Amino acid sequence: MYNIVVCVKAVPDPKQADQIRIDPVTKTLKRSEVPLVLNPLDKNAMEAALHIKETRGAFLTAISMGPPEAGNIVKECLALGADQGILLSDRAFAGADTYATAFTLAKGIEKIGRYDVIFCGMASSDGGTEWVGPQIAAFLGMPVVTMVEELTDTGPESWKVKACIENGYRLMQVKLPSVFTVTRTLNSPRVLSFSGIIKARKKQILCWSARDLGIAEDMVGLSGSPTMVSAMTTRSIRRQVEIINGTSEEKAEMLMQKLADAGLI
Amino acid sequence: MDFTFTEEQEMFRKAAREFAEVKLTPWVAEMEASGKVCDAVVKALAEAEMMAVTIPEEYGGLGLGYMARMIALEEISRISVATAMMLQVFALGIEPIVKFGNDAQKSKYLPGMATGERLSTTAVTEPTGGSDPTGGRTTYRKDGDHYIINGRKCFITNAHIADTLTILAKDEADPKAFTTFLIEKDMPGFKATHEENKIGMRGCNTGELSFEDLRVSKGQIVGAEGKGLRVAMAAIGDVGRGGMVGCAIGLQAACLEASLKFAKERILYGKPISQLQSIQNKLAEMKIDLDAGRLLAYRAAFLQDKGQNASNEFAVAKYFTTEAAQKAAKMAVDIHGGYGCMVEYPVTRYLRDAFVLGPSAGTSDIMKIIVARWVLS
Repeated sequence: MYNIVVCVKAVPDPKQADQIRIDPVTKTLKRSEVPLVLNPLDKNAMEAALHIKETRGAFLTAISMGPPEAGNIVKECLALGADQGILLSDRAFAGADTYATAFTLAKGIEKIGRYDVIFCGMASSDGGTEWVGPQIAAFLGMPVVTMVEELTDTGPESWKVKACIENGYRLMQVKLPSVFTVTRTLNSPRVLSFSGIIKARKKQILCWSARDLGIAEDMVGLSGSPTMVSAMTTRSIRRQVEIINGTSEEKAEMLMQKLADAGLI
Repeated sequence: MDFTFTEEQEMFRKAAREFAEVKLTPWVAEMEASGKVCDAVVKALAEAEMMAVTIPEEYGGLGLGYMARMIALEEISRISVATAMMLQVFALGIEPIVKFGNDAQKSKYLPGMATGERLSTTAVTEPTGGSDPTGGRTTYRKDGDHYIINGRKCFITNAHIADTLTILAKDEADPKAFTTFLIEKDMPGFKATHEENKIGMRGCNTGELSFEDLRVSKGQIVGAEGKGLRVAMAAIGDVGRGGMVGCAIGLQAACLEASLKFAKERILYGKPISQLQSIQNKLAEMKIDLDAGRLLAYRAAFLQDKGQNASNEFAVAKYFTTEAAQKAAKMAVDIHGGYGCMVEYPVTRYLRDAFVLGPSAGTSDIMKIIVARWVLS
């Protein structure tokens, strides 16, 4: 039986992306103004783990770093079928960049103790850096395969996977334990079920602070983050409309020319 | 007074919303075009355990009660009123067995109903009486330990897809005595006949039933012989009306969402029409009606979960929300202007669905009679 850890993140609901504002002082997203939901690609990561659990047997832990409200998405993972939920929550974790986030998550995973496979969504819908998965692997000294779109052979010692790259794909065989970041083409995530929610009543969410993880507060959160954000702005998108006249051939020709002039083709 | 849902109830809403958006949305257009029940939708409802919500756990259900049911219906109706209507009537067929059935009937029928393998409905309405069930002409007569049923029912939701039906009939020998019987679709003498072609709720089956010397055993009686009106009315009063309320508030929410989206995107006089006061008036009215409707709905469902009779509270909620849904659909179409007449826009469907909500499970006029009787009592 595998021990699988899925790293999940609470992100502002992408359906309400137009409501997200930027704090001009801290240069961070004002996350509290929009409901937090489970990061969409983390649902694919959960689905991959659940599939392994159902077909091969696994103990599945969902882990997240975030404010207490992020406990809801850990609860959601329990309702989806995770056996255990862990929320890494401490005021000291606030303002973390990807480095400090990955460091904190890696410490949490170390504290879990047993892990054969770590799944992450390829990216979060708010930050979108795609760095946290590989950074967790680096902190834990494990191999990582990013942008996994197919698990072709999930043997006990090593896994064969198909992973996306620009203009193609890679077929890789990786020894476990390993980190995999997954794409949306890997699977179709299941939806929450009422009976899953009922079953989650009996499952536990552990809440760990920096002290529980045995790490100094200056190594996490804003003080543990090497990233310096110089500016963050909202892009103004204005539509420009131009009507092209002529025969169909002329219009097509002119459209191609305009797209080429704009550097779009 | 606490107006907040529990964390678990919020999760039920999230689950129902996800289910509706992911599993139902792809089938809405097909249901609209054909007007027929979509097998994939019934299968999806069963897989999501939607039929099991009000069935006790000991019979394979989830035992979640009526607030959870209200939430589920609201979210499903937001995407497909037809599907919510079909689901709400499954529960209408389930309720008489849960409330009045004996152990043998519960063991025989409820587990299959919970999994969705056995679909259900309740049939009361006849050409000569719906809101007045005593006007029905379907009769039964005793024949030893059996009963022979003759008659017909009309406007029955799920008529052609139900495997098990609870029907109301009156004693040939005593026209004041009514009894409810559980019948199965393959019983000789039973037939689902004419299938209706409705303007709205397309994809939800409605039709007629015929009983010709339908022979049933004593074991098929739900509740006591001669006390069938109580069984049928208890199911219709709370579960039937409650279900319609869930359908109505879901539709109200859909109308407001579609209107908000359109009003923010549609540019007129160089600015979105959402900035025009006349449009804002409509949006505000829709929001006020939705909030009021939800409060009425949740109050009644709360009482129902406490084991209290909530049929009067549901009559208030049914009147208000179905009227408000019709008003909201009309305003949504108005906000869309010319686009509101084009079938590509869901508001045209909302308008057609809204007008089917009114007469279903009792017209607004009947609801007023019930409410008046309540305040005068």
